[in-house]
Amino acid sequence: MIRVEHPGLLSTLQDQGRPGCQHLGVTPGGAMDSYSAAVANALVGNPPAAAVLEMTLRGPRLSFERGAWVSITGADLSAELDGSPLPGWRPVWLPAGSRLGFGRPRLGCRAYLAVAGGFEVTAVLGSRSTDLRAGFGGLGGRPLGKGDIIEAGESGLALPDDPSRPYVPAWSAAWNRALPLECPARLRLIPGPDWQALPEEDRRALGTDAFRVGQASDRMGLRLEGPPLRLASAAERLSAGVTFGTLQLPPGGQLILLGVDRQTTGGYPVLGTVASVDHPRLAQLRPGETVRFEPIPVERAQTLYRIRALQLRRLRASLGLRWPLNNSSS
Amino acid sequence: MSVGPPRLAPLGDSALLIVFGDRIDPALNRRALALAKALADLPGVTDRVPAYASLALHYDPCVWSHDGLVEAVTPYLADEGGAALEDRHLLIPVCYGGEHGPDLDAVARHCGLAPDEVIARHSGGEYLVYFLGFTPGFAYLGGLDPALATPRRGAPRSSVPAGAVGIAGEQTGIYPQASPGGWRLIGRTPLRLFDPLREPPCVLAPGDRLRFVPIGPDEFESRMRGKDR
Repeated sequence: MIRVEHPGLLSTLQDQGRPGCQHLGVTPGGAMDSYSAAVANALVGNPPAAAVLEMTLRGPRLSFERGAWVSITGADLSAELDGSPLPGWRPVWLPAGSRLGFGRPRLGCRAYLAVAGGFEVTAVLGSRSTDLRAGFGGLGGRPLGKGDIIEAGESGLALPDDPSRPYVPAWSAAWNRALPLECPARLRLIPGPDWQALPEEDRRALGTDAFRVGQASDRMGLRLEGPPLRLASAAERLSAGVTFGTLQLPPGGQLILLGVDRQTTGGYPVLGTVASVDHPRLAQLRPGETVRFEPIPVERAQTLYRIRALQLRRLRASLGLRWPLNNSSS
Repeated sequence: MSVGPPRLAPLGDSALLIVFGDRIDPALNRRALALAKALADLPGVTDRVPAYASLALHYDPCVWSHDGLVEAVTPYLADEGGAALEDRHLLIPVCYGGEHGPDLDAVARHCGLAPDEVIARHSGGEYLVYFLGFTPGFAYLGGLDPALATPRRGAPRSSVPAGAVGIAGEQTGIYPQASPGGWRLIGRTPLRLFDPLREPPCVLAPGDRLRFVPIGPDEFESRMRGKDR
């Protein structure tokens, strides 16, 4: 049982999202950085579909009434266990009575906390993800609040030798190297329906000029501030399907980059969509950061995504071997 | 009327957008809905999202390449009939005016009609559900009498109740959930259009034909009380 002493800026329960419902107008949602969320789950032996806590810039303060294996991935939000720095990208045993807190956001925007057994909330439309705008899923469709109590499910992981003390296994993960948070961010873009209508100089500007992530950015979408772009021919577009990473150009000329909580359809011209392999970098953009776009053929983007998926599978398999080794060592 | 072949374009590396045309047209919409139905069992495709004249297929790039999916879908593009679609006709009860339709008089004034005439025209037409979007369960409807077209409110309301029936420009629609909104509210339905815990979650589906049926405040209240049973 985990008690929320302070909810942080925006902390929501998320899983892999809610596919299969878009024709109802329901956004797939889920963890914005699904790669970090998947690694967090793998580190504590959870199935990929387990719910994790997505924490935004300012993390929460949580008190663990029972001991638990946890892992923290994604952004570096200065995790602390009872005041001491806690390493990320590896499993950590928190004894009963531990208080997990966060400090200064050092790198990235969204961190993920997985607890062995997964956070237990009722699945709605097949997912435990919080749909903030529609107000359902997760903790009743809302972010964590002070005083909330969240439960972890059953975990098959063995306890450390002395469960009354924090324990960090000697092995760790360098997987964050697979998630470069270089600045300015470079997002690879698969050109979309209105790409050809963008003048050559504006296409070049997408790759060379830095577009700043605006303050009014959230899980629905990022507003980008930069040189105004104009389509050569004013395209009349009917609302049509959009997706995570779709780069829209509204008439005002300032770009919108759609997030996981986007609407299912949109009517603005579409310049392209960010390659899935770069979605984690997109998810880690914070207001004030800058971003550039580089065209990539769809075939190449799919190859890169398949390699990423393969890396995740390998990671999961190697961790499956790690756990029994860890249990027998002392 | 002849239409050109559909345009297929990648929507990133995990979605394919199939566009049948560039106008709001029931025939184009029907092609999108028919294709969604024909592809219902295609493995590796998680979502089939119709809009006015298009269909987006969201797929797993570990299952499909872009070219592979285009090849798989192409044989289905020739079908223009959509004959296999069932036609559902639904009646949507609406309590017009009063506290449930606070903008009815304003709409009537704008359109130069008596409030009763606004109700008669709004409930006299048949509407087509082109698709659901914007928020869960929100139906993009076609078929509003052009004489009822009214611009949005200058200042949106901070809260519009679920079930509110409104007009915005040449569109009419129903708010599935309480939310802020700028539509001109002329009535409210006691139906709950979206409930994630219900099966199916949405009352309306793309391709549905619907009519609004005026009901009085008493019936509205009794149906509101009864629906939680």
